[in-house]
Amino acid sequence: MSDPLSKTLSEKLTLTPNFEDADAFFAALTQAHTGLTRAESDALNARLIFVLANHIGGSAALNTAIATAKAAHATA
Amino acid sequence: MTKIFESPLYAYHRSPDQDAAVPVRHPVLIIGAGPVGLTTAIDLAQLGVPVVVLDDNDRVVTGSRAICFAKRPLEILDRLGCGQQMVDHGIGWSRGKVFSRDRAIYDFNLTDTPGHKRPAFINLQQYTFERLLVEKIRAMQAEGAPIEIRGCNKVEAIGQHYDHVTIEVDTPEGSYTLEADWLIACDGARSPTRRMLGIAFDGEVFEDNFLIADVVMQANFPTERWFWFDPPFNPGQSALLHKQPENVWRIDLQLGPDIDKEREKRPENVIPRLKAMLGEHVEFKLEWVSIYSFQCCRMERFVHGRTIFAGDAAHQVSPFGARGANSGLQDADNLSWKLHLILTGKAPNSLMESYHTERAEAADENILNSTRATEFITPKSDMSRLLRDAVLDLAADQEFARPLVNSGRLSTPCTYRNSPLISADALAGPALTCPGSPCPDAPLSEGHLLDKLGNRFILLTIDAEAPDAFEECGVRAERLALSVRDDPSLTLKRQYLGDCPAGVYLIRPDQYIAARRDSYDDRHFRAALRRATGKE
Repeated sequence: MSDPLSKTLSEKLTLTPNFEDADAFFAALTQAHTGLTRAESDALNARLIFVLANHIGGSAALNTAIATAKAAHATA
Repeated sequence: MTKIFESPLYAYHRSPDQDAAVPVRHPVLIIGAGPVGLTTAIDLAQLGVPVVVLDDNDRVVTGSRAICFAKRPLEILDRLGCGQQMVDHGIGWSRGKVFSRDRAIYDFNLTDTPGHKRPAFINLQQYTFERLLVEKIRAMQAEGAPIEIRGCNKVEAIGQHYDHVTIEVDTPEGSYTLEADWLIACDGARSPTRRMLGIAFDGEVFEDNFLIADVVMQANFPTERWFWFDPPFNPGQSALLHKQPENVWRIDLQLGPDIDKEREKRPENVIPRLKAMLGEHVEFKLEWVSIYSFQCCRMERFVHGRTIFAGDAAHQVSPFGARGANSGLQDADNLSWKLHLILTGKAPNSLMESYHTERAEAADENILNSTRATEFITPKSDMSRLLRDAVLDLAADQEFARPLVNSGRLSTPCTYRNSPLISADALAGPALTCPGSPCPDAPLSEGHLLDKLGNRFILLTIDAEAPDAFEECGVRAERLALSVRDDPSLTLKRQYLGDCPAGVYLIRPDQYIAARRDSYDDRHFRAALRRATGKE
């Protein structure tokens, strides 16, 4: 993250704590899956990704989001 | 209806070349009398370059191939004097519907740009398109134009030399040898020329098979492009319905990988599939059926010595987006004026390199769009399908998701961003007309802008002073002086000036913008013309 370009890219995506109410969001997301089959849950998650991605909109921020998610998995 | 496939359109005739003591040298030989070869031939002949087209057959293609012709190719055909015939024979369309499972999820409308002479698209069978081009060639021949089609002339061998090409041609009366300063291979996706020269054609092959059927029926489906994802009549797959002239309808049904092609092609298997789609009681007649799988491939280089590849021979895409014939016609448009300048000694041979640079950029854009559409239509993994279906489910209710739905991104011309022929922008004008872009049409008080450009270099001035013409290293640019006063709809101003009070554009013979500036400057535009002809 030292070169200026990747700094600019990541700046478009908020990666510092930003939830108004993190516990409530986690609960609401979990709750939304209650009673769904695995396939229905997968589909719900997929739709949610597109809803949130459209809200972000910018390609740089979306690419950073994908890279951030992939990186977290790799180090888990 | 089937007669056109059965009668020779350019029957074999013995050519005096077959009796020549030494092989006859032609400036240009074209292999393949398909849409791209015929268009290139017409373009070259109209520029005064003698041209001979060789085809291994003597008639139009069997069955149904290209059907959608986009605005830019129609504008090219206008330049060649046969756009109106195509529009008169074709049917215009701009609307479409997308279905997912059993419901219509949205409508789209590729609204025609106001003031442009030509519609977004027409549908026209490739065999009619080819017939009209051959009729154009016959009319040109009657006026003495140097253009010839030789049917049943199959090229069997090619020899490349540093300043010409030698070919061995097989005919019903034996073989003969020809030479050409330049050879243009327009012999299709399975190009025998490419194979004979041992040149690779690499890319991505898609495993899904598609049943393509043209049916004749009296049906009152509207003139729209209808696309289905996972319809009840073809579960788990896709379908496309498109209207052509003379009550012919194009149907594409995805069949998936690993099928028995011969079995699926039999009428007893095709007809039930079509009935499931069209309804039990719809009367129809099968005109043509085939099973295709698709690939997105291109040659690494489109120019090999004195052999130039154009159309599907050089690059191939899936049909979603109508980017095959449409891009091939733009290859012809790009190639002809360059070859004309080279053959008349007004440009160096190296100008041909820019044909490769520009059209390879276009091919990459087409392949990118076509590959993305194919992957959306035929997801390759469970997760791709899950994400694709999520988009479709959202798209029905939510407008925001509709741009993600990809049933084919329909053909638009490429803006050349990597071309060595294009000069830096010197006008704070609209992005639409930045150098490297094709000229957008505009209605004028009298006629349309593109009809005034023709097939030469034009210095377009809009409320700016300039000489009536200038010549640089043998190439002439003629002024076309316009004013926003000639532009009642303000289309010219909107597209070419934006907030600028005046503008000067150098426009190439293929109606691409080579340079622009806020006023005429002799040194600037002379340098731009040298650059546009490969001399800078």
